[in-house]
Amino acid sequence: MINFSYTIWIPLLPFLMFILLGLAGHKLKPKLSGLLGTGGLGIITVLSYITAFKYFFTSEKVDGAYQKITALNFTWLQFTDKLHIDLGVLLDPISVMMLVVISTVSFMVHIYSLGYMKDEKGFERFFAFLSLFSFSMLGLVLATNIFQMYIFWELVGVSSFLLIGFYYQKPSAVRASKKAFIVTRFADLGFLIGILILSFNTKTFDFITLTNPAGSAIAQGGGIVFLGLSVMTWSMIFVFMGGVGKSAMFPFHIWLPDAMEGPTPVSALIHAATMVVAGVYLVARMFPIYALSAPVALNVVAWVGAFTSLFAAVIACTQTDIKRVLAYSTMSQIGYMMLALGVAGYGGHEGLGYMASMFHLFTHAMFKALLFLGAGAIIHAVHSNYMTEMGGLRKYLPVTHITFLIACLTIAGIPPLSGFFSKDEILAAAFHSNKLLFAIEYAVAGLTAFYMFRLYFSIFWGKDTQYHHTPQEAPATMTVPLIILAVGSVFSGIIPFNKLVTSDGKILESEIELMIAIPSVLIGLLGIGVAYIMYRKESAIPDRLAATFKYGYKWAYNKFYIDELYLFVTKKIIFRYISDPVAWFDRHIVDGTMNTIASVTQNFSFRIRAFQSGQLQKYAFVFITGAIMLAILFIYLWK
Amino acid sequence: MNSGIPVQYFLILATVMFFTGIYGFLTRRNLITILMSVELILNSVNINFLAFNRYLYPHKLEGMFFSLFIIAVAASEAAVVIAIIINIYRRFTTINVEDVNEMKF
Repeated sequence: MINFSYTIWIPLLPFLMFILLGLAGHKLKPKLSGLLGTGGLGIITVLSYITAFKYFFTSEKVDGAYQKITALNFTWLQFTDKLHIDLGVLLDPISVMMLVVISTVSFMVHIYSLGYMKDEKGFERFFAFLSLFSFSMLGLVLATNIFQMYIFWELVGVSSFLLIGFYYQKPSAVRASKKAFIVTRFADLGFLIGILILSFNTKTFDFITLTNPAGSAIAQGGGIVFLGLSVMTWSMIFVFMGGVGKSAMFPFHIWLPDAMEGPTPVSALIHAATMVVAGVYLVARMFPIYALSAPVALNVVAWVGAFTSLFAAVIACTQTDIKRVLAYSTMSQIGYMMLALGVAGYGGHEGLGYMASMFHLFTHAMFKALLFLGAGAIIHAVHSNYMTEMGGLRKYLPVTHITFLIACLTIAGIPPLSGFFSKDEILAAAFHSNKLLFAIEYAVAGLTAFYMFRLYFSIFWGKDTQYHHTPQEAPATMTVPLIILAVGSVFSGIIPFNKLVTSDGKILESEIELMIAIPSVLIGLLGIGVAYIMYRKESAIPDRLAATFKYGYKWAYNKFYIDELYLFVTKKIIFRYISDPVAWFDRHIVDGTMNTIASVTQNFSFRIRAFQSGQLQKYAFVFITGAIMLAILFIYLWK
Repeated sequence: MNSGIPVQYFLILATVMFFTGIYGFLTRRNLITILMSVELILNSVNINFLAFNRYLYPHKLEGMFFSLFIIAVAASEAAVVIAIIINIYRRFTTINVEDVNEMKF
């Protein structure tokens, strides 16, 4: 047995850093606080890699399967003997993998921010929040029980809120942060209900007990039926609702594009690589329950994922704000991961989708963080978010150009880059499960290649825009993370995920199926080709196409009016027909009763106040009269 | 022992003293006179105590002790009241109870 107790420092160190920078940050020099935060993350990255190495290569396997190791666990809140909430560190293939993802991307983003956020007001505040986020996210993935996960789940929500609203003088940023918090919080209500139903039926919060396929937890609760579905299915659907909110799946996706108001490194870290995949991680964490005891809920996961990936990809084709395009692309890719989980089964070859989902999560974190950081470098150079104001940037930003191109090729699924491998596994898993889902994902693969290269060509090629001042390549603190992440994007495809991260911990034999791989590469190339024709040089084709499909284009450009629908439902229906009457009732009936009581009392006392004359002898007279009355009363009536 | 003055006489005396005290308390305007009226009331109570003690339980002393206590309390009460009256005089330059009427609505 290897001692893993040092892993407590992985979440604890960023927390201490947060306390330090949050309390004393304004007294330190900004540069020092930035370096402190980055250094802390560097240590965590090293620790995470050591943990991953020890876990995957030296820990004992039982029956060829990786074991879940509770490195540390202590009771935090003890209510009764059975009901207690623990905090601890759980190591298993997915949590260790997430450690690597989070620490790597977070470290890169920290380094990048040293350059990107330079001379910004609130530099140390930014790093304090980044540390808080790293703490919460690491605590989330290492959670030993679902309640600990829920606590950290809310904490990442708060840190996301703080970071989106980092430029709190900007009304749009404030609006976006509120929107993100409220929407995800609303979804988390479902998560909490799910936890309560689940733990009520299984009598435990603990993940190891919950997800043990042979354990009693999975067998329980399946028998009780409510509205045609088992209670387990309901609880899993509710738990998934939390994941839908955090991972910006339809219909709770509306916060993610607006969250792009935050600083770009934040978008890269939180809204692309780590926090938004928490929903995927949640489903993966509870996967044995989904697969063995709630297959209907798993179907819901698959269809929500598939729909979102298509929906977001269509919108991404029409947006012009580069960060928004990337946001929709993120939603689309997370939809892929959800779908892969949804079509997977537990154990054996059935578990291909599970492995593919985790694989895609890993590669996606690398290339999407790279894309966002690249977008940050572009915005830094051009001072605009809109691709219509860009063009021909390849001459000015050579490093950004190459790394961005690599990321685009990766997401388009061109071999031998990492995206190809993970996407291929997902498509294969979908193909073996449901042909309709496969068809959707196949179309999305083409759309993905198209919109990414639309972005790429419009930014780096296209028309030669005249800039007010010549765009400058970013400083080394920003380009070095780009290069490192580009290397990660290229080579992370060779990591043997089928040996390391599988649904039951055992080795999964899988190989690239040419029947699926070749068409998926072809459709990627087709998307790139179409984008090349339309956007390589300035051309009238896009405008003409938009004019031909006028209504379709308008719908997609306006994000299918989902935001407007939400506004309509909230403002016109909920506010007007529920909140307003309730407010009226509160103001007039509840407050009115109290006001009436108060004013009656006031009037009455106004009339009788002359009684309090201040004349001592009047008081004495009243008192004595009363005493005599009482005496008479006692003498004559008290018999 | 029981020869001599009958108990009714004591009671009549006490009642007269008591209501004299009440009357003085209610009608006098001078605080010192009011204090004197209070003393009258207390002393009428003392007389009642002593008379009943003597009349009902000649071999016991509770009534006597009660009277002694009341006298002690009355003495300390007088000291406090006079201190208050002095302070009132300093503040209002009068000890007329009708002019000391600031504590009202």
